[in-house]
Amino acid sequence: MKPNLRSTSSDEPAVHEPPTRPPCLAGLGLKAAHVPALLERGPQHFLGGAGFLEVHAENYMVDGGPMLRHLERVRAHWPLSIHGVGLSIGGEGPPDCDHLDRLRRLLTRLEPRWFSEHLAWSSHGGHWFNDLLPLPYDPPTLDRVCDHIDQVQQHLGRTLLLENPSTYFGHEASSMGEAEFLAEVVRRTGCGLLLDVNNAYVSGVNHGRDPWALIETLPASAVAEIHLAGFAQDRDAADDLLLIDHHGAAVDPAVWSLYERTIARLGPVPTLIERDNHLPALAVLEQEAQRALDLQREGALAGIGRPVEGRDAT
Amino acid sequence: MKQPAGPTAVRLAAPPQRAFAAALLDPALPVPHGLCAWNGSDPGVRFGVHRNNVVHALVAVLADTFSVVRQLVGDAFFGAMARRYLVEHPPTSPLMHRYGAGLPAWIADFEPAAALSYLPDVARLEWLRLCAFHAADAAPVELALLAGLMQAPGRLAHTSLALHPSLAIVRSAHPIVSLWSAHQQDEAVRDERLAAVQMDDAESALVFRDPSDEALVLALSDADAELAAALSAGALLGAAQQAHSRADLVHVLTTLLRHGLVTGVAAISISPETST
Repeated sequence: MKPNLRSTSSDEPAVHEPPTRPPCLAGLGLKAAHVPALLERGPQHFLGGAGFLEVHAENYMVDGGPMLRHLERVRAHWPLSIHGVGLSIGGEGPPDCDHLDRLRRLLTRLEPRWFSEHLAWSSHGGHWFNDLLPLPYDPPTLDRVCDHIDQVQQHLGRTLLLENPSTYFGHEASSMGEAEFLAEVVRRTGCGLLLDVNNAYVSGVNHGRDPWALIETLPASAVAEIHLAGFAQDRDAADDLLLIDHHGAAVDPAVWSLYERTIARLGPVPTLIERDNHLPALAVLEQEAQRALDLQREGALAGIGRPVEGRDAT
Repeated sequence: MKQPAGPTAVRLAAPPQRAFAAALLDPALPVPHGLCAWNGSDPGVRFGVHRNNVVHALVAVLADTFSVVRQLVGDAFFGAMARRYLVEHPPTSPLMHRYGAGLPAWIADFEPAAALSYLPDVARLEWLRLCAFHAADAAPVELALLAGLMQAPGRLAHTSLALHPSLAIVRSAHPIVSLWSAHQQDEAVRDERLAAVQMDDAESALVFRDPSDEALVLALSDADAELAAALSAGALLGAAQQAHSRADLVHVLTTLLRHGLVTGVAAISISPETST
């Protein structure tokens, strides 16, 4: 086996550059079952060389075994996004130091292009709920979230992309809108944004408001990645529509339209199709990712958003 | 019934996450105060989405790790058992591959499953198999090194082995390997295999990840399992053989070597020699 020549020295700059935005990339969440097919095909035969892959950080916090080894091989060929679900950035307590250490080790080992987490909380009193729980948008929460993001970015030595949540109810304590809250977090901490267009749509429907209002208000230059996913439909106590973000269906047509409008405003942004349940064949997911790529390119050709150079991913 | 906050309502402090967390796991507790819906509907239904998410996701994690236990007791029983467990023992880490370590011991005290005396050991086997899959990597020792030792039987007796980090031994008074193996088959074969299992048989198991990354389960006699456990704890080969005279040392060593599980040898009496 040839040794891995990738530098692991610690003399790299402690603070990384702000999130960059290579034009027109689309990606998929990496599933173990996809790894052999992807490695056999190589990057040029996955989304025409414009693909990237995303994994959940916590799944790879293991001592050894095939998962990490496979991911290192994938990482050698494709840009990688590491998406955390365990930091509980909105928690009342500070981010867990052990978890931050694990994250730092993982990020140092894999050097992903993007690292993202959620505007949510998921643990309390030493217990972890495996869910993304909603926050009130009020000044004390804003201060706390900003403190935690400062700690995370300092500990990891890199910029975090913060994802807007899917929410199902409001807090009476909220005194500002979600977009205003996120924009202020970006302003104070210098973090970037992962704009989940499906979450924007789900929350819009669930709170009887226009999802575009959120997207329109977010600081455009902070958005470094986009997520698209499917939702399930339910009803609330008044029999009004309640959408559930379950990553178990194809991207909804309404979310595609919102995405087109988003790209028209932002220009091309690396876009990921998230699918965790009821997994279809890889080819079906690739079609969705290809559509995201096509929409970015069409938007670029139409001259909207920022200008894009033709890019040959070699 | 909570009324929605009107424009003149006094803003309340947000509910503490402690109350929120408790209500997530216990549906008998009231929904936290201070939640609202745009249309004035009862926010309890909406809060229920999170109650459902938490329970559904954690039951799914346990069902995935303990899939043979689930098949042995059926989906409905497993779901109810897992819900009881997760309320008593919610995860203490965001690493879901570490959730469920306590389930085998908990099942042993779970009264409704008491009739299935083999269940805790099957659960233990499944848990260790997950651990084996994610255990640290280690390369097998070079055979030349062993061959050298074999030529000096005196030294062999004073040699201890380092075994692969994924290796675990489950000792059981029940036919856990036969039960587990039957459930790796298609339904027809599984039922045939299950019908043939002698429920009085005691089987112990060697659980490990092999060089092709499969997490394997092999049956061992109890005496061999005891010997393998002694070797795993660093016993010298000679002493281990004497202490476990009913065991088949050659069979145990051959099994360990065949699956790449010997990762180091140390001959300690004469010039110490190690390898990793």
